Amino acid sequence: MQIYLPIAELSLDVFLLLGLGAVIGFLSGLFGVGGGFLMTPLLIFIGVPPPVAVATQANNVVASSISGVLAHLRRGNVDIKMGVVLLVGGLIGSTAGVSLFKLLRDIGQINLVINLSYVLLLGSLGLLMTWEGGKALVYRRRQRGRAKLHRHTWLHGLPLKMRFRRSRLYISVFLPLGIGAGIGVLSAIMGVGGGFVLVPAMIYILGMPTSVVIGTSLFQIIFVAANVTFLQAVQNQTVDIVLALLLLLGGVVGAQYGSRTATHLPGDALRILLGVLVLLTGGRLLYDLVSVPADLYVLGPTP
Amino acid sequence: MTRLLRTVLPGLLALLLVVLPVRSTQPNEPLVADLSEHLVAITMGFAGSEVLLFGAVDMPGDVVVVVQGPKREVRMHRKSRVLGIWMNTASMTFAAVPSYYAVNASGPLDQIALPQVRARQQMGLEHLELPLPRAKASPNVAEAWRDALIRAKAREGHYHAEVGKVRFLGQRLFRADIRFPANVPTGSYTVETYYLRDGRVVGAQTTPLMVGKVGVEAEIHDFAYNRASLYGLVAITIALVAGWAAHSVFRKT
Repeated sequence: MQIYLPIAELSLDVFLLLGLGAVIGFLSGLFGVGGGFLMTPLLIFIGVPPPVAVATQANNVVASSISGVLAHLRRGNVDIKMGVVLLVGGLIGSTAGVSLFKLLRDIGQINLVINLSYVLLLGSLGLLMTWEGGKALVYRRRQRGRAKLHRHTWLHGLPLKMRFRRSRLYISVFLPLGIGAGIGVLSAIMGVGGGFVLVPAMIYILGMPTSVVIGTSLFQIIFVAANVTFLQAVQNQTVDIVLALLLLLGGVVGAQYGSRTATHLPGDALRILLGVLVLLTGGRLLYDLVSVPADLYVLGPTP
Repeated sequence: MTRLLRTVLPGLLALLLVVLPVRSTQPNEPLVADLSEHLVAITMGFAGSEVLLFGAVDMPGDVVVVVQGPKREVRMHRKSRVLGIWMNTASMTFAAVPSYYAVNASGPLDQIALPQVRARQQMGLEHLELPLPRAKASPNVAEAWRDALIRAKAREGHYHAEVGKVRFLGQRLFRADIRFPANVPTGSYTVETYYLRDGRVVGAQTTPLMVGKVGVEAEIHDFAYNRASLYGLVAITIALVAGWAAHSVFRKT
């Protein structure tokens, strides 16, 4: 059954979109990832214009993060103060990012930048996942040594220090602000929540305790993704509500089964599988960038 | 809708036959033509559409139908390899490009229409007027951009590279199917019907055709463009409610 998407201006199969939402939802439930980094390239593969794919996916990130953050808030695993500082950075970054998006679109380079960002991101992410999964599979029984809470680098010498009680940190406010801004730009250009970059950054750069990292990152992702959705809708008119709704419906159901299945399956092997999937997606995008195009001339976006 | 008209069509044509003898006594009306519908409505389940053009001529001859979509500004990019990656390195803006173009004819164009007629009435893609900023490019470069634009529009399904059929039922009644793809550009179209004898135009008629989103599709599109901030907020609210609902359902099960 075909459905016409009013903003993307093409018609796609309803069940394909529901299925896509369900599969990505399942994976995100299974691995505890947002899934945006897979959904956006897949939408582009099935013909959705990249700007519409990115903006619509940002809206879906809001939905997939809210349920996670509610659970973490109940358990008190959110450092609100840190979240707000990250968020201020995130709002600045995403606002700048959406303007950058518009600029790139006007000069005809947006598709290249989206694709290139995805190749870099999926490539490194896929390698990391496969590597980590492989390592865990091999050394499953070996106990992990306690890592140092955090190392002191020049980053910790920055001025304007602030105390974050929940995270037991006393660091310069510029650190979370900068990280938040960086993720904000990423979120605007790629339509991802950015949790997979934010979480390691919070652990390794800020030195936050792992217990509050996920909740806090989800907390700020909601607001940044909402900001991206709003600005994309206002500046670029690229949020397709019908597409978002179909993906959401599938995603909601898929995510439930995903997180239920997660407890019964060998996580490490699946992590390798996801890593390979991510690598394949990135590889396909890279191939499109380096192979000789069928026609050197392409239509630009309609002004 | 189209199927319904298809069943009604024989009746319509019969009606034309009855009307025709009266019409043909008037020498200034050698051609009558009309469309099965004057609006291509893009609805929720829209997956392309077909419009039927039917009509009659007063004497045996040939018929050419040229369909053009609303003119738009179009930008083209040319890719070249930079550090191993193909990126857009040059661009060209065409001021007024028909967003849709299709030709139907009762025979091969070069046999039924004189070259000057084809050029003047823009019959066939090679005669399509695509004005380029003249100062910008030398003639052969301009030609390359022009050809590229036609190729790109054909890939999108907006330009029909092949000439469609005009079928004669008997010697005076004719019909042509005009096919629109799912991604058809919206706006007001013109359907030009030319009646030719000995390669010359002896009758012509222009029929307007609207292609537009209707119902929910139109409302969502207008909402997104005219009240963008509210649209953004609604999108976010839907996402929040969906996420929250998923969370509460998940807790119970």
